[in-house]
Amino acid sequence: MSGRARDSAGLGVTPRAAVALAIFVLLMAVAPFFVSNYVLSVLVVVLFAAYFGQAWNLLMGIAGQLSLGHALYVGLGAYASAVLFVRFDLPPWLGMLVGMALAALVGSLIAALSFRFSVTGVYFALLTIAFAEFTRVLFDHFGWVGATSGLFLPVANLAHDDLLFLRGSTAMFYYCLLVLTLGALALSRYLLHRRIGYYWQAIREDQDAAQALGIDVFRYKVAAMALSAAMTALGGAFVAFYNNNLYPDTVFAVGQSIEIITAPIIGGLGTLFGPILGAFVLTTLGEAMTSLSGIFGIDGLKQWFYGAVLLAIVALQPAGLWPWLRARLGLDETRR
Amino acid sequence: MSATPILEVRGISKRFRGLQAVDQVSFAVPQGGIVALIGPNGAGKTTTFNLIAGVFAPDTGQVLIDGVDITGLRADRVCHAGIGRTFQLVKPFGALTALENVVVGALKGTTEMTAARRLAWEILDRLGLADKADLVARSLTLPERKRLEVARALATRPKVLLLDEVMAGLRPTEIDAMVAVFAELSRDTGLAILLTEHVMRAVMMLSHHIVVLHHGQKICEGTPEMVSRDPQVLACYLGKTPPAGQA
Repeated sequence: MSGRARDSAGLGVTPRAAVALAIFVLLMAVAPFFVSNYVLSVLVVVLFAAYFGQAWNLLMGIAGQLSLGHALYVGLGAYASAVLFVRFDLPPWLGMLVGMALAALVGSLIAALSFRFSVTGVYFALLTIAFAEFTRVLFDHFGWVGATSGLFLPVANLAHDDLLFLRGSTAMFYYCLLVLTLGALALSRYLLHRRIGYYWQAIREDQDAAQALGIDVFRYKVAAMALSAAMTALGGAFVAFYNNNLYPDTVFAVGQSIEIITAPIIGGLGTLFGPILGAFVLTTLGEAMTSLSGIFGIDGLKQWFYGAVLLAIVALQPAGLWPWLRARLGLDETRR
Repeated sequence: MSATPILEVRGISKRFRGLQAVDQVSFAVPQGGIVALIGPNGAGKTTTFNLIAGVFAPDTGQVLIDGVDITGLRADRVCHAGIGRTFQLVKPFGALTALENVVVGALKGTTEMTAARRLAWEILDRLGLADKADLVARSLTLPERKRLEVARALATRPKVLLLDEVMAGLRPTEIDAMVAVFAELSRDTGLAILLTEHVMRAVMMLSHHIVVLHHGQKICEGTPEMVSRDPQVLACYLGKTPPAGQA
């Protein structure tokens, strides 16, 4: 590698990359017409992972702040929209807004608390875990939302998809998530081109230098957390309405937080398409492993596989799969 | 030194535990002036810089820029008040390109990307980095990174530029080129420069005025000629030998 700018953030789009993106979007758009219900449900899982990965990537990959407690925001978004629907018959779209606002507020508070007292790096990460766990325990004892026995959304057998109340087929959820994922991609790209994106990257690279250039580091870090949390909560609402049930011990689980971060790490931290690619690779291979372990009757093969792939990629492609694939596909920008 | 000072430091002190790092230091930098802060290692030069740049607040004393008190303000506020600084140990944004590094500085006080990029190009050009614009900063050589550090600070359009040992590690021809850039900047734009430097050749060529620190105290100040003849300076800073081209 010559050290020629490979455009760490993936700004600028070459004609080739634009065509590649168009093909990808087209394939994703028509997929439900050609694939089985099982494959479609796997693709829904892919898109969930891609979307959450993008939301987390904004905070970690671009602004450089490590959160290991993003399950907190998945849960807040899920519970806010589900409770408002179950208790007050409010459409989830309204609940999403409430969930997003709540998550942004909670995220800002955690960030403000940490950064005000200079809790950064791994200590910040520990704090995010603590808040997620604390909230999980809180919801375990929160009777009004079902506590440990869970919250259930009424399943209606409708002839048509009800988009307003998010009751309907897998395909409906697939398209919702596809829009979310592409929206997150567009938003991330837009922000990277703006001052805020430059400032986040500057903070990620060197906080002292960033501050010396006039950047209010505290404010921009809190903003990154708020946005990432709100985006995550939006996805959380779809988790609730897709699964029709919510348990604090699943939705707020540390495992959930870890799953969110694997796709962007595998795909390429701080890259725009990395989280999406990582989600595809991990979910499809994970599914394959699950069925293989069914065939061979080996429990936990999937987990072994996850560990092995993580190790292999971290060892062989520490920058992630996307920078490598991007170069292979000839999508690297030649500037001007 | 008759012009109104753009930067004025009034009796600042800073104590770290038992060590009085900076002790009642006062000096001023006029508009378009180039002032050097020199002294042996541990004299308190970098601490003085950090006190001005808002890395930490002085225990006593005041820092004024254009007559406005900026004492104890946070580093980003100090930057907005009109001070641009470089770091002795360079701190490039490694994963960003040279151009993007400078754009970050140029975005101070504006969200207009096109204007910021244009300014960044101008500055890269002035510092001879235009052909490196698209290289990621971590792939630049040390002299290039030193210049990038200066470029980034300049992009914030400061009234005063603080240069912390930007000549260290450069070859004589590179030093001459840097000196030319700073002399030109201060002449053309009225930029005031405060620098610390061990490279005496650069200090003597560049500065209009020199402040000498020793054990945190100002022991002498004046024109380069005056300072280089001062017996106290010779004793503490240059040793007993007369000053050569380089210390």
